[in-house]
Amino acid sequence: MEEKITQVKLKNGMKVLLKEAHTAPIISSWLWYRVGSRDEPTGKTGISHWTEHMLFKGTKKFPAKVLDKAISRDGGRWNAATSRDATHYYETMPADKFDLALQLEADRMKNSAFDARDVASERTVIISEREGSENEPLFQLTEAVQQTAFRVHPYRHEVIGDKADLLAITRDDLYEHYRRYYVPNNAVLSVAGDFDSKPMLNRIRELFGPIPKGPTPPRLTRPEPEQKGEARFTIEGGGETVFIQAAYRYPSATHPDFFPLQIFDSILGGTSGLSIKTSRLYRALVDKNYAIEVSGWAEPTIDPYLYRITLIKHPRRAVEEVVAAMDAEIKKLQDAPPPEDELKRAVKQARAVFVYGNENITSQAFWMGYAEMFASCAWYTTYLDNLAKVTPQDVQRVARQYFQPSSRVIGVYQPKGREA
Amino acid sequence: MAKRQRLHSLPGPEDIFRAALSNGVVLLARANFNSPSVSVSGYLPAGSIFESDDKLGLADFVSSCLMRGTRTRSFDSIYNELESVGASLGFDSNVHNVNFGGRSLVEDFPLLLTLLSDALRTPTFPKKEMETLRTHMLTSLSLREQNTSDMAALAFDRILFEGHPYSRPTDGYIETVRSITRKDMFEFHSRYFGPKGMVVAVVGAVEPQKAAEMLEKVIGGWRVPGQVPPPAAAPSPKPIRKTVRHHHSMPDKFQSDLVMGTLGPSRKDPEYFAASLGNSILGQFGMMGRIGDAVREKSGLAYYASSSLNSGAGPGSWEVSAGVNPANLERAIELIQKELRRFVKNGVTAEELAENQTNYIGRLPLSLESNSGVAGALLNIERFDLGLDYYQRYEAIVREVTRADILETARKYIDPERLVISTAGP
Repeated sequence: MEEKITQVKLKNGMKVLLKEAHTAPIISSWLWYRVGSRDEPTGKTGISHWTEHMLFKGTKKFPAKVLDKAISRDGGRWNAATSRDATHYYETMPADKFDLALQLEADRMKNSAFDARDVASERTVIISEREGSENEPLFQLTEAVQQTAFRVHPYRHEVIGDKADLLAITRDDLYEHYRRYYVPNNAVLSVAGDFDSKPMLNRIRELFGPIPKGPTPPRLTRPEPEQKGEARFTIEGGGETVFIQAAYRYPSATHPDFFPLQIFDSILGGTSGLSIKTSRLYRALVDKNYAIEVSGWAEPTIDPYLYRITLIKHPRRAVEEVVAAMDAEIKKLQDAPPPEDELKRAVKQARAVFVYGNENITSQAFWMGYAEMFASCAWYTTYLDNLAKVTPQDVQRVARQYFQPSSRVIGVYQPKGREA
Repeated sequence: MAKRQRLHSLPGPEDIFRAALSNGVVLLARANFNSPSVSVSGYLPAGSIFESDDKLGLADFVSSCLMRGTRTRSFDSIYNELESVGASLGFDSNVHNVNFGGRSLVEDFPLLLTLLSDALRTPTFPKKEMETLRTHMLTSLSLREQNTSDMAALAFDRILFEGHPYSRPTDGYIETVRSITRKDMFEFHSRYFGPKGMVVAVVGAVEPQKAAEMLEKVIGGWRVPGQVPPPAAAPSPKPIRKTVRHHHSMPDKFQSDLVMGTLGPSRKDPEYFAASLGNSILGQFGMMGRIGDAVREKSGLAYYASSSLNSGAGPGSWEVSAGVNPANLERAIELIQKELRRFVKNGVTAEELAENQTNYIGRLPLSLESNSGVAGALLNIERFDLGLDYYQRYEAIVREVTRADILETARKYIDPERLVISTAGP
């Protein structure tokens, strides 16, 4: 990486990552908390995401009405999101207005109101968000695959949560969750853009430094036991289109096999961020009319999660034929290591995607902090180097180890009243 | 290490390069050496406006088939060349234009231009590829029929723009896509594709003059003497005489989608900015403006409820959309109608206008963060005759809009008692 990243830990335990990028008069900041849907026990699913919504409801200093408009008024863009492992809040602002973003985040780390009326109105908003997702066959299928793949680990439930819990969670549950996880020693702030690091760090110290440290919240840990044989199921719904999803066990982002698997993914399913029409699965399944669409997808996570291959079935094929064609393609990578050229190509593709990302200050700030949530900032800065080290034999080995039918789940979305 | 370039000034006549190739293709370019990549985007006037009613989806079919085989390259070799170097290129279409966009590392930019030229000039529409694509399009259409927001929007456009080309879906219908032949594809391509009206924007780590030379080399020789120009402006859509309600029943769904609204100005209308700022206050600013406040924040009825102003080359639409539980549909419609009544009765406050003006001005550099963002901005300049100094005049244009302008514009376009209200869901 060309740019220098400054890493500092404040006295209260908050980690700060700064990267100067003087290419546009913009600063982007991302505040990350180590809490996500994987920290939710049964009965409280969806509470992290709901808490995130509540942080937009205001504090004494920035009441909802003011908060709502403060960033927008200055031309800033802001939002938040909750994932399995983390929750983040971001602002991208004109550089000369950026101070507001820091003021606001420092304030709402500690002072969010969680007014009971806001909790009530947000309950129906979130249920509506869930119902919107339920309209989509692919959401239904993905959720069911996850529930089948995990019996014990909290990766089992969707980030949005189960409706039963969304109806039951109380204001006090939410507030307690907030107090527990929103402490500086559980947060990482990543900032990139048009600033000088020294005064920026001073300002961050000034605003976040006084927030007292809390007990460091433990992560909820319930390791998933080994899967004993393939699981298959079918769900039914409206429409005419059949979706198939195959999910394989994938190691955590810090596991040594992660990088060989990234290359495997690139060769099999294509490189994320680019078109994938020459990936092996596309050629074998879409070009040969087994599927209308195919995609392979994994996300870096703290605990072992999933690699999913999602397919839209070609109307003239049977589900079994499509799965067999997919298996045949995976088997090729298990039987023989891929040619060196295919690896080089995967590395070049990753490099290009990195370069495109670096055009953009928001994405630079994102990656530094995101990588901290499941590994470390160095995971991001050494990513390309680690990819380049992967050998064809590594790829063959991980293909054999991780892509066995005995440890996968296959889910099918079947339109009601139609034959498979 | 050389000092990195600071792009602190907004694009303007001093750093936007504009030139016409020998065949009339217009190039806009701007250098950015901060990152070793290049973006190219553009359009040519070969959209769905040329389609007959029984061949709806033809322009879409043609544009998605351009990279499925050319005289010198197969589908597989086109994508092999592109993807091997982490480059991308794609085409799509709308009512007026076929659009394209791509990017690559700077060392692969010549390849990108060659493939662009190949796809535009010598597509062969291979039979097998056409049938594969047709199946994909038909699947998309059957998925569209299962999508509540698509179905609500489809009916909304059909009713609002009755008799106008905007009433028709650019992806067609199942029967029209089935009826398109290979001959139709070749005919469409040979009549409407050509250099006349084509605009290209190049932004990234290449000197504009150099980009012009490269483009001239690959595409300057393209001549299509019989290229059919776009039709003269279509007749204005009919005004709405009374509120029209339409519901599309989708019993399997959990949530209903709602689109309601009316006609809006075109991008070139003088009241465009008054409408745009007014719309921002109505349903965009902060957490989806006044509509978001009424429907989401105060009532908790929806995850999303916002308004949008769609202004392009022809008449626009001004619409509010929301996704709500079926039991709350009527209440959401009433709340939105109430907000529209307030909007046309009292207009906006001085504070609302001021904060939206600073929002528009402040966010401009954010929209120009990436090369593709700048390329899009350059294309807008050309498409809507904004002038090379547009982004530098932008602040003044935004500040000029008054509360009276917004009120007058709102009243001109929005009559809360005469709306198209389209819903889809259980």
